[in-house]
Amino acid sequence: MSEPSSQKIPVTVLTGYLGAGKTTLLNRILSENHGKKYAVIVNEFGEIGIDNDLIIGADEEVFEMNNGCVCCTVRGDLVRIMDGLIKRKGKFDAIIVETTGLADPAPVAQTFFVDEDVQKNARLDAVVTVADAKWLSDRLKDAPEAKNQIAFADVIVLNKTDLVSKPELAEVEARIRGINPYAKLHRTERCKVALSDVLERGAFDLDRILEIEPEFLDAGDGHDHHHDHDHHHGHGHHHDHGHSHGGLKHYHDEEMQSLSLRSDKPLDPTLFMPWLQNLVATEGQKILRSKGILSFTDDDDRYVFQGVHMMLEGDHQRKWKEGEPRESRVVFIGRELPEQMIRDGFESCIVT
Amino acid sequence: MTQFDPGETPSIASVTDQVRALPVSMPATSLYFLGDIAVFVGAEENAVMVNEAGEVSTAAIHGGAVLCAASDGKRIVTGGDDGKLVALNAKGETSVLATDAKRRWIDNVALHPDGAVAWSAGKTAFVRSGKGDEKSFDAPSTVGGLAFAPKGLRVAVAHYNGVTLWFPNMAAKPEFLEWAGSHLAVTFSPDNKFLVTAMHEPALHGWRLADNRHMRMSGYPGRVRSMSWSTGGKGLATSGADTVIIWPFTSKDGPMGKEPAMLAPLQARVSMVACHPKQDIMATGYSNGTVLIVRLEDGAEILVRRNGGEPVSALAWNAKGTLLAFGTEDGDAGILEF
Repeated sequence: MSEPSSQKIPVTVLTGYLGAGKTTLLNRILSENHGKKYAVIVNEFGEIGIDNDLIIGADEEVFEMNNGCVCCTVRGDLVRIMDGLIKRKGKFDAIIVETTGLADPAPVAQTFFVDEDVQKNARLDAVVTVADAKWLSDRLKDAPEAKNQIAFADVIVLNKTDLVSKPELAEVEARIRGINPYAKLHRTERCKVALSDVLERGAFDLDRILEIEPEFLDAGDGHDHHHDHDHHHGHGHHHDHGHSHGGLKHYHDEEMQSLSLRSDKPLDPTLFMPWLQNLVATEGQKILRSKGILSFTDDDDRYVFQGVHMMLEGDHQRKWKEGEPRESRVVFIGRELPEQMIRDGFESCIVT
Repeated sequence: MTQFDPGETPSIASVTDQVRALPVSMPATSLYFLGDIAVFVGAEENAVMVNEAGEVSTAAIHGGAVLCAASDGKRIVTGGDDGKLVALNAKGETSVLATDAKRRWIDNVALHPDGAVAWSAGKTAFVRSGKGDEKSFDAPSTVGGLAFAPKGLRVAVAHYNGVTLWFPNMAAKPEFLEWAGSHLAVTFSPDNKFLVTAMHEPALHGWRLADNRHMRMSGYPGRVRSMSWSTGGKGLATSGADTVIIWPFTSKDGPMGKEPAMLAPLQARVSMVACHPKQDIMATGYSNGTVLIVRLEDGAEILVRRNGGEPVSALAWNAKGTLLAFGTEDGDAGILEF
């Protein structure tokens, strides 16, 4: 009964701290001449300057699933709205969910994993976070919500870059990268970004988990002085310096980090899968996002997975190509990740 | 749950050749009889009415999606994403009962036999009595479902973490029945002794109203979307599994400590249930398009529609119990006369 992924309605989640420019981006998306119709789920009516039948007010009501898992929260209002929207399937091409500035993106994302009916008709496309270049660094210090939104993002629109100097911009980007080196980052003024950079990203599409390399080496000017990214992840995570050192814009966020694991030797699936499931079951509250491409013993297929907190989905993706290095790569982004425990666990799944 | 292979089931009685196909040509989300007129409520904009002679007419009810519907046998009242609450009578006449000031979606509706109507938009539940007085109540969170108690003007308002029993004509504080989770559809037992909700998770929750004792009814593989009380309120038949699950409500403890009856197993999910208004039989619709009539006593089955196509999404008897109609998600529809 489930529709093929391509026929499911793509859903973009738009987050960003108060005043970062979410509404500006939304208005841009809606006013641009793209020939597409969007259903937009907003929290504040009236902020959108476009007439659209399909602007729906939401209440941002989060509730816990009754499955004993405290982080399995979903947006109840979204379940209801999706139920209604699906009745008008064919009247729009995609859905955009705007969250409030203080929202945690996880319950929104989880709604698309947990609810049977929602999952049947819609697919999460990407979490897009709009960040204010001038104020984000401050917010990362005092607003846990802002940090969550950066950590969770697939795409970061770093807005209002005209209000900061080049060194300030480098500073804020380094802080973003200290938390989330994997998101696509776009610098903008007034949210001027190509719509193809924020929509139809397929960031939750298992077939497109290809690029889980840190992005910040090719992020462009202001970045050429960065360390090699392997170095970045090779560190222990107890870097308590939240400030710049020696001009090298290189931060580790004390609280929120990413952790990257690799192996060029195959993994034992009978060890790895239970380990991963147990890891997200026990540490899922800390793990915001996880992704991986895996090479298993005696398996010619690449296995890919992704997860949000405790929820995981995975599948055989395709055959390893001839000459393609059969390397396993796993990435976690999370809060106070038990790095050594995760590293040791991963190592123990490697077939030697 | 047990898997049954339809290939091995003995050939059951079939009345498929007596079913008259109806040219509804629109996915039906619900179905009610107004007298002997079958009214199919569409997913958006229209309702299609089929009279005894098989004549089909269309009534325009909403300027968008139809989000909810209820009927008292005399009229059907629907709520839409156009912010309107619309009544449709057997003559095909429509009237707008209410328009939400903020054009919010009308998510739920319920009717009382004395003419009162209840509806909700967001967190606010409204009641208009048969005389026309209107009252509103703000639930702590979005209203998931509404139901009138069989006696008196009392409305059950389902929401997150429980149900509020609201007495619109009394100054008394509404009574709150707490249970963690998201409560959607809500229904009173016909004897007014029990209240049951279908939750967002695949489970029902119930309360014995005399002492608010909890009843947990779980084990479903899927969310319960359809519930129907059997004659005299003896049992509550439910969708959500690959058999019909019928919870017994004959004793003063309701289903507490009892096993439900599991009837009419197929290799498909039950999508709709409709108990006969007078006899101990019921109709069931499945995710594979099958429609059966099932005798509650022994589970004997009669095939009404073979499998094939999309899920059965609407199923209803007329009040006399002489007509059974069904509709599917792909717009197929039929009627059977006894």
